[in-house]
Amino acid sequence: MLNKFPLWKNLMILLIVAFGFIYASPNLFPPDPAIQLSGQSGAMVIDQLVLDQVEKSLDEAGIEYFAGEADGESLLVRLQDIKMQLRAKEVIQAEMGGNYIVALNLAPTTPDWLSSLGGVPMKLGLDLSGGVHFLLEVDLDSALAVRLEGDLQDIKATLREDRIRYRSFELVGNQIIGQFRDAEQIEKATALIRSNYRDLQPQYKNGQNPLSLVLQLSDIAGNLIEDNAIKQNLTSLRNRVNELGVSEPLVSRQGKNRIVVELPGVQDTAEAKRIIGKTANLEFRLESLTKSGETFKFRNPGGQGPEARLENKAVITGENVTDARASFDENGRPQVNITLDAKGGWQMGHATRDNIGRRLSVLFIEYKTKLEKSIDENGEVVITPIPFVEKHIISLATIQAQLGKQFRITGLDGQRESSELALLLRAGALAAPMYIVEERTIGPSLGADNIQLGVKSVTVGMAMVLVFMLVIYRAFGIAANIALGMNLVLLIAFMSLLGATLTLPGIAGIVLTVGMAVDANVLIFSRIREELAEGASVQSAISAGYDRAFVSILDANITTLIVALILFLIGSGPVQGFAVTLSIGILTSMFTSIVMTRGLVNMVIGGRKIDKLWI
Amino acid sequence: MTTAKIYNFMGIRRYAVVFSALMLTVSVWSLYSQGLVLGLDFSGGTQIEVGYEEPADVAVIRQQLESAGFEGPVVVHFGAETDVLIRLQGEPDQALSEKVLQVLQSNNAKIELRRVDFVGPQIGDELREDGGLGMLTALAVVMLYVAIRFQLKFSIGAVLALAHDVIITLGIFSLARLEFDLTVLAAVLAVVGYSLNDTIVVSDRIRENFRKIRKATPIEVINESLSQTLWRTINTSVTTMLVLLALFFIGGELIHNFAVALMIGVGIGTYSSIYVAATVMLALKVDREDLLEPVEGELVDDLP
Repeated sequence: MLNKFPLWKNLMILLIVAFGFIYASPNLFPPDPAIQLSGQSGAMVIDQLVLDQVEKSLDEAGIEYFAGEADGESLLVRLQDIKMQLRAKEVIQAEMGGNYIVALNLAPTTPDWLSSLGGVPMKLGLDLSGGVHFLLEVDLDSALAVRLEGDLQDIKATLREDRIRYRSFELVGNQIIGQFRDAEQIEKATALIRSNYRDLQPQYKNGQNPLSLVLQLSDIAGNLIEDNAIKQNLTSLRNRVNELGVSEPLVSRQGKNRIVVELPGVQDTAEAKRIIGKTANLEFRLESLTKSGETFKFRNPGGQGPEARLENKAVITGENVTDARASFDENGRPQVNITLDAKGGWQMGHATRDNIGRRLSVLFIEYKTKLEKSIDENGEVVITPIPFVEKHIISLATIQAQLGKQFRITGLDGQRESSELALLLRAGALAAPMYIVEERTIGPSLGADNIQLGVKSVTVGMAMVLVFMLVIYRAFGIAANIALGMNLVLLIAFMSLLGATLTLPGIAGIVLTVGMAVDANVLIFSRIREELAEGASVQSAISAGYDRAFVSILDANITTLIVALILFLIGSGPVQGFAVTLSIGILTSMFTSIVMTRGLVNMVIGGRKIDKLWI
Repeated sequence: MTTAKIYNFMGIRRYAVVFSALMLTVSVWSLYSQGLVLGLDFSGGTQIEVGYEEPADVAVIRQQLESAGFEGPVVVHFGAETDVLIRLQGEPDQALSEKVLQVLQSNNAKIELRRVDFVGPQIGDELREDGGLGMLTALAVVMLYVAIRFQLKFSIGAVLALAHDVIITLGIFSLARLEFDLTVLAAVLAVVGYSLNDTIVVSDRIRENFRKIRKATPIEVINESLSQTLWRTINTSVTTMLVLLALFFIGGELIHNFAVALMIGVGIGTYSSIYVAATVMLALKVDREDLLEPVEGELVDDLP
């Protein structure tokens, strides 16, 4: 028994150790607090001139900074003191005005040679960095209802044009139901609907009186509408989040009808929530001249009376808006200047040309959710979210002339409302209302506290394990301890490289890994002791100890890995962080506690004649 | 053969059976009759953590909130005198945290919003389902792996030991009225991993000894195996306990219960890997015959 590793094996260990140190080291450089500036639209050039202006404003406010960089699309100024970050943001926003997005950021300070090797620091989860996490549920039923309502109005108009007589046509649940007096009419209507509305499936039974025609959306069409609704909501949420000025936001779909929004480092959570959660839309409707139509209340019941009756069909909606800017009119009252897309402009022009002298209203639509308590059959209190819609008239004005693609809305509550409305219109309307089903807000100080506590627990836990191993296994304890330290380095290196997110439970996972990673060494060393007790020579005891323990270690670790994998699949956010650190920790610990300690042991006592082992 | 002392573990297995049966009965009874104290993650609701500059009086805060119209707020200290956790059940409103903050700031107290958790009722339900499902999947997959890698009797022993650990850990949480949230669920699954680790190491040794020692009863083989692995079992439990103590005392309020669940689990898991798995195997009449077909590469010394 020589217990010597071939050269390549030693080199491989050395290589992996070097790899570990290199890719773990970016975490040693704390990031600089920074301010990032970008333009509202992609066309804006952010160059040295803009940078000079920003730096000048910081100089005037007496805020110390390192040099800034501008790359044409955005610029980044590193600050010296994190306490000045918020102040700097305010100063720069005031200087540059509303056309720029100013965001707080943390600029990595990884040295160039490390970044060029692909070295990046670990990503911190929201519970460590602070920030907001929202889970929003998209109300798909109402997306379908909106579509069916539109179809219903269209169908009625088409039937009237073709002189097909019906008794009534209305929306019942997710079906459109029409009633007819005679069979000839219903057949004509069915044929017409079949050819013009392919998404709707008409069905009727003969012999009933009155004859009723049931129209239902096909499954494919329904799914398509739902899918599009989610996609459009994602897009407009992304736009909104960008306007908020968050450095690395996450907006992504989760499951069938949910959207996750994560905003790391957001300080003003109330504002974030207002912008994200607000689902507002606009509709332009003509005032109704007949008894039909819907009645809406004014938001500010001033001179125009408490309510007005409007036509059922909107001329255009917020979806046709391409740009919206808040400003003030001649009298200093807030207004929003609106630009429409081609289709919207045409529709608006068409509708207003024929209706000069009539009044056109702007209807402000807000989707809200209230939670209702009820008691179910088991006597338990159940809370169900009930989405509801609030529609108010913002303005009702006489059409003086034909309107085109550009016009303005007045009658708003204040400057804050005009800028919010502009933002919401610009960012895009939501195709379906959403409501928040989960929110996690972590203040920045709590995040910092969590990191500190985590680091302390890892340090203390590890120190205790190191001492214990040294006491129990003496010389071999040193090998195990070096391996344990290296395991931590490798774990951090892999997490950084894989872009895994570190969370508070993730830190707990690291601590647990530290405790459990020595298990492999405990197994091996116990075996070596046994072999020695049975009278084996030193070198063969070492060799047999490692080999015999290997099977147990492998089996035990694979099963733990399975459990960690399941934890990852069922868990969400923080719990997944725990599963990730646990899994990576198991893999790295297999290497350090089996291969690395063996290498160390071989290097020190391999090939020598030794009578007694200090184990 | 070995000079290590052999303890007669299996000699007192009847007492172990009684002990386990008692623990399980109490746990199941408690879980059935009073259930778990579900944390916000599972129950839904709103919880707000605020930090005061000076030590805060929770009674005053409660009164403040009640007079502002909040229904039955639960206000407790959280980790420190200056930290307060406010829990509002059943009226989760998207703007709730702002309202609470406004009320608390109304008398010029300097406070800082540290954390807001709002979990809608449907999310809580889903998490509960997913959690239970995950636990069952974990047990099933592990059983399959052990059955393939070892043998069915080992597999039944291992899974019963795991179920034993999980039920007792949950039972203690229920009895002690400790809050059960997502991190505790993660801890319970980690307990599954840990306990399994222990059980596998012991089973591995039992399998090895069944093949090695030819003239011995199953009880003797198991006793010898347990004795041989005893020090390893204890040492690993000690190192794990050490880091858990660090988490318990230093890790902060948020992972306090995580550490508690793991400490209970590691304790029970250590016991169960000695007594439960082996006792079940004996009850199933495990024998050398069960392990006769050799799994390749197992005990062959593959050194060059």
